[in-house]
Amino acid sequence: MVSLEGPLLWGALLTLFLLSASILAALVRVLRGPSLADRVVALDLVAYLAMGFLMTYAILVGESTYIDAALVLGLLAFLGTVAVARYIERIRSGEGVVQ
Amino acid sequence: MIVSILTVLFLLSGTAFMVIATVGLIRLPDLYTRMHAITKAGTLGIILVTVSLAVHFADLSVATRAVALVVFVLLTAPVSAHMIGRAGYLGEVALWSGTLFDQWDVSFGELRRETVETEANARRRAAPATGGDGRTEPVEEAPTDPPAGG
Repeated sequence: MVSLEGPLLWGALLTLFLLSASILAALVRVLRGPSLADRVVALDLVAYLAMGFLMTYAILVGESTYIDAALVLGLLAFLGTVAVARYIERIRSGEGVVQ
Repeated sequence: MIVSILTVLFLLSGTAFMVIATVGLIRLPDLYTRMHAITKAGTLGIILVTVSLAVHFADLSVATRAVALVVFVLLTAPVSAHMIGRAGYLGEVALWSGTLFDQWDVSFGELRRETVETEANARRRAAPATGGDGRTEPVEEAPTDPPAGG
């Protein structure tokens, strides 16, 4: 339920629109990125944008619980990035090859 | 009223930084410049949006979680960017053709050359053993390196 009015409402709606457009643009880089590392960087940015989206939505509906979801999303994005970085390095050094 | 104005100000400036990060991700030429764009501009955008959230709610528990999130992002964003950049460099993702200076080319170039030489020594040492005709080879004793990159 939207509990805002005036410039705050329009600012929040504009922010949601711009962040949605940015997520779509970042997904273009996920699809086109020439290497695996490019895709991981783009997915990192998608996670950041989703965190911003969640926090803006928390402002819009006046529900502070969404900030916890943003925190968990950031944690998962960090763990995923670290895991894929380790995976790329292990492929490079030949450890990741399944025998 | 002041709170509302401050909230909108922080929200829109954070969004502007995030949009700039996305534009950088789309437009910049190689992995390392893209990583630079999203790490700095994206982190600042997240922080500004979080500050806007804390200003809007004006509540102690929300502010505490906002500070925790800011600290978390400030700690993890450089770490993940460093790890993915290092993995990309070691995985030989190409640098932009306009790159002027590659500091790692010195240290990691030597590391790669050492690895190649060690493998060549190992092959040279292994080759006479399979011949096995009892000749004593004038082998220069190479130091037995552990395999690099374990």
